[in-house]
Amino acid sequence: MILLLVILPLLAGALLFMVRRPAWNPFVLCATALIHLVITFSFWTNEPDPAFNDWLALDALGLLFLSILSFIFMLAAIYAVGYLKEEKRLHETDVQRPHLFYASLLFFLATMSLVTLSQHLGLLWVAVEATTLASAPLIFHHRTHEALEATWKYLVICSVGIALALLGIFFLGTAIKAEQGSLILSDMLQYGVTLDTYWVRAAFIFLIIGYGTKMGLAPMHTWLPDAHSEAPSPASALLSGVLLNCAFLAILRGYQVLSAAGQAMFAQHILLLFGLLSLGLAAAFLLNQTDYKRMLAYSSVEHMGILALGMGLGPGAAFFVLLHSLNHSLAKSMLFLTSGNILLAFKSKKIHSITGLVRALPWSGFLWISGFLAITGTPPFAPFVSEFNLLGVAISGHRFVVAGLYLAALVVAFLGMGKSVLSMSQGDSSMAPAGCKEKSVLVAAPLILFLLLLLLGVHIPEVLSGKIMAAARLLGGVQ
Amino acid sequence: MSEITNLLLLLLVLINLYLLSATRLSTSIKFLAAQGVVLAVLPLSLHGLHFSIHTILIPLITLVIKGIMIPNMLFKAIREIEIDRENDPYVGQTASLLCGGLFIIISFWVSERLVLPLGVTSRIWVPVALSSVMMGLFLLITRRKAITQVMGYLVLENGIYAFALALVQKMPYLIEMGVLLDVFIAVFIMGIMLNHIKETFEDFDVEHLTKLRD
Repeated sequence: MILLLVILPLLAGALLFMVRRPAWNPFVLCATALIHLVITFSFWTNEPDPAFNDWLALDALGLLFLSILSFIFMLAAIYAVGYLKEEKRLHETDVQRPHLFYASLLFFLATMSLVTLSQHLGLLWVAVEATTLASAPLIFHHRTHEALEATWKYLVICSVGIALALLGIFFLGTAIKAEQGSLILSDMLQYGVTLDTYWVRAAFIFLIIGYGTKMGLAPMHTWLPDAHSEAPSPASALLSGVLLNCAFLAILRGYQVLSAAGQAMFAQHILLLFGLLSLGLAAAFLLNQTDYKRMLAYSSVEHMGILALGMGLGPGAAFFVLLHSLNHSLAKSMLFLTSGNILLAFKSKKIHSITGLVRALPWSGFLWISGFLAITGTPPFAPFVSEFNLLGVAISGHRFVVAGLYLAALVVAFLGMGKSVLSMSQGDSSMAPAGCKEKSVLVAAPLILFLLLLLLGVHIPEVLSGKIMAAARLLGGVQ
Repeated sequence: MSEITNLLLLLLVLINLYLLSATRLSTSIKFLAAQGVVLAVLPLSLHGLHFSIHTILIPLITLVIKGIMIPNMLFKAIREIEIDRENDPYVGQTASLLCGGLFIIISFWVSERLVLPLGVTSRIWVPVALSSVMMGLFLLITRRKAITQVMGYLVLENGIYAFALALVQKMPYLIEMGVLLDVFIAVFIMGIMLNHIKETFEDFDVEHLTKLRD
């Protein structure tokens, strides 16, 4: 049954790739996304059986990330159909080979699902590298010089980064001393104490550099602003909202192994270091952004920093880290989808060439401002809950320096993004091209995310907090 | 058998050193292909000629992908390109060679301090793999041509692959095939992008790709 989550989108993508009938694209994409969503949420009540000698299985961590993936993919798929239609109409560009975009989206879904399901660390690596390959055509979609540059950097930097993660996995293989040991996660955890300390430590450094490149941790993040700003907006939403999570999941798998080997403290120190570095660097770049999609991309670097920093605070923060990864996915996807509406209407990614957003596009203007408030951790939106509680964990653990730096970075990010968002929203709308209308489908997808963020900010349903708690327990979270 | 293994490992390092000092792209690709062949033969020298997936199937796939298909794709990419040379890299050929020597020394120094994995028959195995990784990274950073960056990635990957061969017993062959397939598709897509770069700018210089910045 869990195999279906990978095979179905793979086959659907292959179908679109080979048939090449434009009329089929939207239908196959949305139908596959819907079936994927239904199967994923059926797993909330019925735990699926492992497949392939335990190489594929769905544990609580995998389920959480799979659910985020499947849900956001559904919304992005619906949005993408409307977006590509509008883009063709408004910009009169005839994109070559549109089926390639749809097929890549489905391959992307398949490979990311495989990431959440992989229990064998080698397979996990194969899956993460495959996500890079599946998403490269999405970034190259517009075929401009800039898109070419962004795609090249993405391919080379991420492939090299992930190759280093492979070395890390081989180091873990070297660390195994037990006869029955293997690179399957459950075996790694069971024989964790027998692992060789030096190799395990070296492995984690390579894992975090490798997968950290994909996750956008500074200083390996250089590809991220280019790729996320050049990709079409629905693809950016997926890159930022779910792909970064997948890389984070891969790092968490490494963290699980290190915990089992009694090296949790070592892993926490490294995570804390990368977390602070990413937070600080992203905050600095957020202050003077001229491109609003790049601004969102740097905000992603900031939030990945928060996740790494949170794990660095120790297992007590695990619940809020996982909650924050959910909140970030919702908020950032919402912002990237809204940025697509702005780009369609104004045909510019420059912050200074946009004013009067609220008047020109009332719905998108509203979503843009509330999205900004949500992502910067303003109450009553959900990210406030997770960001505030992470601060609480830092303070109660007497890590005042960390707490201070964390808070300072959040404030700088708030000011930097606030300045840009306000200057875009206010003012007269004379710069807006005449007659731009907001299509209901292009508003609906981010609006749903907005409502969810509001809801989760007020109250987290028990069924969801139970799932997150179960996942946190795998990371040693004491609840 | 271990003498042959050592000889093959030595060959890997020598090819890397050549790549650091090479100027002609077509010769570099030929040497890269040779490195693929050496990697394919390496497990045979380790396990001897008995029939198992690790000694027959994996070397065969390695040979086809690393020795034939990937070099072919690279040759296709440099066809129709007038300049078959790596002109003024960021670090010159002689300095690169010296750095290569330094990487080998560092690798040996580091490896002396590591507990070797079980079943590693050759003492130079780990340092060879580590130095390949470093030299691949070095090529990636210091060369101007997009195609040389791909070669740097391949040298790095070959180093990691050589390390994997040392602990081949613990790696299921399906995973090894998955890794090979990923690398193959990665180079395939990079090849497509190389063609786009060539069509757009008429050469491979990555200096053209510096428009996006803050």
